[in-house]
Amino acid sequence: MARKILRINMSTLEAVYEDVPEKWARWAGRGLTSAIVADEVEPTCHPLGPQNKLVIAPGWVTGTPAAPSSGRTSFGGKSPLTGGIKESNAGGLSGQKIAKLGLAAIILEGMPADPGKWYKLIITKDGVEFQDASDVEGKGMLEVGPTLWDKYPGTAVIGIGPTGEMKLSNAGISVNDPENRPGRYAGRGGLGAVMGARGVKAIVVDDSGGPGVAIADREKFDSGRRRLTQSISEHDLTKRDGALATYGTAVLINILNEAGGLPTRNFSSGSFEHAADISGEKITELIEERGGEGVVSHACNPGCIIKCSNVFPDEGGVELASAVEYESDWALGANCGIGDIDIIAKMITQCNDLGLDTIEMGNTIAIAMEGGLLEFGDGEGALKLFDEVRNKTPLGRILGQGVEATARAFGVYRVPTVKGQSMPAYEPRAVKGIGITYATSPMGADHTAGYTIAPEIAGVGGKVDPLTEEGKADLSLTFQAATAFIDSTGYCLFIAFPILDIAEGWAGMADTVAGVTGMAITGDDVVPMGKEVLKVERLFNERAGFTSEDDRPPEFMLHEELPPHNVKWTVPNEDLDQVYAWVHED
Amino acid sequence: MVEVHAFATLKKHLPDGGKAEVEIEPGATVDDLARRLDIPVDEVKIVMRNGRHVELRDTVQDGDRVAFFPAVGGG
Repeated sequence: MARKILRINMSTLEAVYEDVPEKWARWAGRGLTSAIVADEVEPTCHPLGPQNKLVIAPGWVTGTPAAPSSGRTSFGGKSPLTGGIKESNAGGLSGQKIAKLGLAAIILEGMPADPGKWYKLIITKDGVEFQDASDVEGKGMLEVGPTLWDKYPGTAVIGIGPTGEMKLSNAGISVNDPENRPGRYAGRGGLGAVMGARGVKAIVVDDSGGPGVAIADREKFDSGRRRLTQSISEHDLTKRDGALATYGTAVLINILNEAGGLPTRNFSSGSFEHAADISGEKITELIEERGGEGVVSHACNPGCIIKCSNVFPDEGGVELASAVEYESDWALGANCGIGDIDIIAKMITQCNDLGLDTIEMGNTIAIAMEGGLLEFGDGEGALKLFDEVRNKTPLGRILGQGVEATARAFGVYRVPTVKGQSMPAYEPRAVKGIGITYATSPMGADHTAGYTIAPEIAGVGGKVDPLTEEGKADLSLTFQAATAFIDSTGYCLFIAFPILDIAEGWAGMADTVAGVTGMAITGDDVVPMGKEVLKVERLFNERAGFTSEDDRPPEFMLHEELPPHNVKWTVPNEDLDQVYAWVHED
Repeated sequence: MVEVHAFATLKKHLPDGGKAEVEIEPGATVDDLARRLDIPVDEVKIVMRNGRHVELRDTVQDGDRVAFFPAVGGG
């Protein structure tokens, strides 16, 4: 059965199923959300206004039987944080269920006639039910999920916390995990505010009786799936007893600290004296020691064989947070000078409940510390700031607007952002390639957009010196393109680690896409097709008013030396401009 | 004296919390250091000396800090 587009109009409260037009037929996941946003959203529109849309799309292989680690859902729209195009993807239950309903994408458009009115959308094989959301309005996601599961057990819950209802620029979209926790977030770029502006508090997806995902060439799909699974199972990083399953993603804390690239105290240093206390090694040690509800190696969606997530318990064994992963741990820890893992875990849960992206919120607290609101290292003070957000105070609303708004409010100059979005857990002065990705990605500063950390730090997909700039522009572009493809597949980006090193895995991954879709593509098409997606995104941003001046790192990085290597940002602007020069040449 | 650290799945090979201090001969390599401490070199993916990536064949000197990592990654 051919995939359909489900178009939901919140102005008229109507939902219609449409055939996928030819121009979008090749795409899924990020490739599809970006194509739809570019075609249907006016680039200069206000992100919270009636012209913006929220587009939700599972990947090509999402929802197929036994494709490993392939449960991603892409969310797209114009970002309130960056003012550019945004795709943010999440794990959790939603992707597989949307795909199994036979949907290529859900387009959420329009705004309710009554601006104070909130809706729940119940999506089943029979259509969309528009329900009054007064039972969950104003509630955090920790309460929304269980309330909805009381009536719709086992369903996917896509929702926004109070920050999304307030339409703050750092509001993310939560997807529930297999145990119905919130916290698998399409966090970056404020898409929760875009959903909030449509008047939608939550979307429930029930795939019962859905048609499932059609597979065009079963033999090719199965062959690809076997080779991809084999590569994940044998690679030292992703195998069953490898570092990701044993320590989670926070295994990166120690290596980035050792490399002098762990941003600390609002990007004023590249090493943190308490790194060991918040490391993946320490987290696993504590989970095992405390026992109870703690889980080392947890799957964020059914069918994941990497299982890098975790459940972190308090001293009494009661769940404190899921997941304590690298970015959240770093943002709310090292970057705020906080070395207390229990306080970090509590802040992660606050973010997951309120609907805040942990990266942007950690950076925002660090800015508030630099601006004198509280001291670096003041964990209890940082935790109290979440009450400001929850109570919707003016201060809470400023913090919920993210780093740039908070920096303006507190007169801070050291502002680690590109295109309005703050940087993740890799210092660009100490790891130059990732800095090029931050500067040039259409998404704003985003490590997942072109993860050159693999060869620069981890020795995956080759080995290059993180401190040098030679060849890094090309490296970043190749990673950005491959990522745009993988973000379209529905696979978790972490499959990149094994398939960068194991050629059969790379070819197998492409074969699964070819097998599902019937498209004649191979591993050689990954980068060129990824570039097609990047081009669409880049041109949207140009129409929104972005120029090469927006592809620059923050000024302070050009003249402030970063300890311990005492390095500045040295990549010439010409190198940055070269990354996307092909968009107007090809 | 060289300060040695082993992380993640390699940590268990240095019983003192993943740390050791070692006297070395002039001209000793990273490989020598690993073998002396019974760190399995086939599981070593990344070595850093004073915060810079090095190879097993590279030499170490008094006062160096050397860190051994298995395959790590995430994001």
